[in-house]
Amino acid sequence: MQLNTKHFGVIEVDEKEILYFPSGIPGFENVRKFVLLGRQEADSPFFWLQCVDKPDLAFVVTDPFYIKEDYYVDVDDEEIAEIEINDPENVLTLAIVTIPEDIRFMTVNLKAPVLINMKNNMGKQVIMKNDTFPVRYYILTGGSEPPR
Amino acid sequence: MLVLSRKKGQSIIIGNDIEISVIDIQGEQVRIGINAPRTVAVYRKEVYEEIINENREAATIPVNPEIIKGIKINRNENQKYGEEENKS
Repeated sequence: MQLNTKHFGVIEVDEKEILYFPSGIPGFENVRKFVLLGRQEADSPFFWLQCVDKPDLAFVVTDPFYIKEDYYVDVDDEEIAEIEINDPENVLTLAIVTIPEDIRFMTVNLKAPVLINMKNNMGKQVIMKNDTFPVRYYILTGGSEPPR
Repeated sequence: MLVLSRKKGQSIIIGNDIEISVIDIQGEQVRIGINAPRTVAVYRKEVYEEIINENREAATIPVNPEIIKGIKINRNENQKYGEEENKS
């Protein structure tokens, strides 16, 4: 199918690649369908979670385990029951990146990762109850806020 | 908004399976106990709002995608997956 994207114009995607978020994501509860773009490109750790129904809505995402070596996801099974995760092996974990105009201050949300069940293409953003990982982890300085 | 007055030790039931109890009151601080099915997500409101705000900000990308592609992460602290290893 043809997909209108925020940054890449109209592109062709396989309908089998569409990810379904039953609850949307916080702040965007009404958008349910996304696709991952650019994940195959090996030269950049960043790729895109593009909304299918709203071309204007796209998030930059990354692999939190690449950003922080000791990262882990700690959520109750019940919280992810909605996306029917049975086997952690099939879960793709993503973290949403916030990019300000001055990219030195770009951050990644490690507290609320996006989990995708690769078996059924269902996804959900979960919020960890503990404060082990911050909402704003400064990517380029290994966590702490860079000097202004 | 429905407003109810409760004393320490008293509860409110929401629906069939959510109970909210006033555990303790100390000055301006109230300790609240929540009994709910584990499928019901319970968050401090400010935490949930922080995630919403962060998502909204993340959805606004002021820079060109090519710039994002070109960003190199300094992962000195994470030697295990360092660039040198990736190249080999």
